[in-house]
Amino acid sequence: MTERIAGGHIIVTDTAQPTGRSRDVSRRKVLPESLFAWLLVGPAMLFIAIIVAWPLAETIRLSFMEAGLGGEEYIGLANYEELFVSRKFHQTIARTFYWMFLSVSLKLILGLIGATLLNAAVPGRGLFRVLIMPPWVVPIAIGCIGWLWLYNGYFGILSGTAQAVGLTDGPFEFLAYKQSAFYSAIVTDVWVGVPMVTLFFLAAMQGVSRDLYEAAWVDGAGRWYRFRRITIPQIMPVIVSMSLLSAIFTFNSFEIIWILTEGGPRSATTTLIVDTYKTAIGNYKFGEGSARAVIIVLLLGAFSLAYLFLLNKVNKKYGVK
Amino acid sequence: MMDKYTKLQIVGIYAAILVFLTFILLPFFEMFMASLRPLEHLFRSPYQFWSDDFSFQAYSDMWVTVPLLGRYIFNSIFIAFSVTGLTMIFVIPAAYAYARLDFPFKNASLAIFLGVNMFTGAVLLIPLYRVLRTLGFLNTYWAMIVPGVAFLIPTGIWLLRSYLEKIPRELEEAAFVDGASRMYTLRRIVLPLATPGLIVVGTAVFIGAYAQQFLFAITFNQTRELQPLPAGLYEFIGYQSVTWNEMMAAALVGVLPVMVIFLFLQKYLVAGLTAGAVKE
Repeated sequence: MTERIAGGHIIVTDTAQPTGRSRDVSRRKVLPESLFAWLLVGPAMLFIAIIVAWPLAETIRLSFMEAGLGGEEYIGLANYEELFVSRKFHQTIARTFYWMFLSVSLKLILGLIGATLLNAAVPGRGLFRVLIMPPWVVPIAIGCIGWLWLYNGYFGILSGTAQAVGLTDGPFEFLAYKQSAFYSAIVTDVWVGVPMVTLFFLAAMQGVSRDLYEAAWVDGAGRWYRFRRITIPQIMPVIVSMSLLSAIFTFNSFEIIWILTEGGPRSATTTLIVDTYKTAIGNYKFGEGSARAVIIVLLLGAFSLAYLFLLNKVNKKYGVK
Repeated sequence: MMDKYTKLQIVGIYAAILVFLTFILLPFFEMFMASLRPLEHLFRSPYQFWSDDFSFQAYSDMWVTVPLLGRYIFNSIFIAFSVTGLTMIFVIPAAYAYARLDFPFKNASLAIFLGVNMFTGAVLLIPLYRVLRTLGFLNTYWAMIVPGVAFLIPTGIWLLRSYLEKIPRELEEAAFVDGASRMYTLRRIVLPLATPGLIVVGTAVFIGAYAQQFLFAITFNQTRELQPLPAGLYEFIGYQSVTWNEMMAAALVGVLPVMVIFLFLQKYLVAGLTAGAVKE
């Protein structure tokens, strides 16, 4: 604080007005910095407290209850114990992580490819950059209507093309079979997530100094070598932070699965978040649903901490503060 | 030179971009094609890529099938704008505090804000429902605005803070030393300088608010007149039949206003959003 005022003081004296204003500052009644800061942060904090923190506390409380439309009764850890022995729940967790791993990997790989393509010095790239953004701007629920249609066996272009080239005999319903429904939902999830990842990678690539490339080029390094040895290490911090962000989004991805399959067929697309919603909202089992919600929070919390640790290491290694 | 490509490489780059864009734009293309086909034609088997009876009929019929369609489009934009406005009112002062001031629990409270990013509304729906009921917000616009604001505040603070940190401190300090109050400095010195950043963050918040209305709308609002477009579209699924072609037409027309806004702002948005991600 004093430093800053001192810094300001230099500016004032530089303007040739040595009228002793700095003494005025110390005498003037100024709001203490920390009080002012909390006045600024307070409203946002209060809002979050009411709309997020309090419901979260409620969720934790409800997870120890047998709760439904009828009322609440304390049952200790029973909701959790039930989940720990449930094979179905284990499968859901495994499926969720598989879903997250596959979808995030695809988003990162496609994002890297996309960003590299859009970074190439070819005419028209400005237009291409705009054209990749609609999946991100359009509401997810509306994009999914398009995908519902694409995946339809009778009128979708995918099944139509498959029939025309002889891949299938009749109409193929992408969302009707366990395997195909799961991977179809992944494709849609990747579709929603790719524009943002591409955009951030592209910006990071443009931030890499040209000198590095030119030096390597003079030394005779080819494109692939430059990509591997300059681009990737230089944008590594962005890759790591984007993978954390997309992992959280993908883990929480609800609308896509709900609109495409509602978690079916036979639970093939039921991830943790869909399971939570189905239990709590679909079946009015508030206690059991809350226990699942708490597990989601714990898993994501642990996951984020691990990631932040990794991010820190990566940033140190690549010399970013 | 270094950036020179051979003819073959250029062809390869364009081909790859074409494949990439096909993946991105295919659902919209499919929606457009479906909107052009008369209803009785849609279900014709085997699949036909082209037909002679394409028409824009659905684009006029849709307003009759779902009379509230215009209202839904308006609601979507109205809710998104309200969420954006309210979010910014909370975000601007908080982001300024995190960018410039020193105070107890600064890092801890920032971590709490960022922790909120880990949740989606879907996890907290039941208690959130009760909170909104207690506040008397169910089945009003507030039911869709208030949760939207809460889940966008953290992102907003994060983005705006990194923008504000890039603005030089000297002007503020000079004003402060000249006797301006802290609030005056924030209002008259910092905000005007931060206008481009405010546009970026505002647009990002708007897109978030526009994209995530569906869940809150179907859970917290039963009033038909107040539904936003993504929820209202499901009215094309009637008791007797689904007028798919009109549903597709409505979806495309419905997102048009926002796409136009986005086209105007995309340059700032891309530059500004990514500025925080790229450390110089």
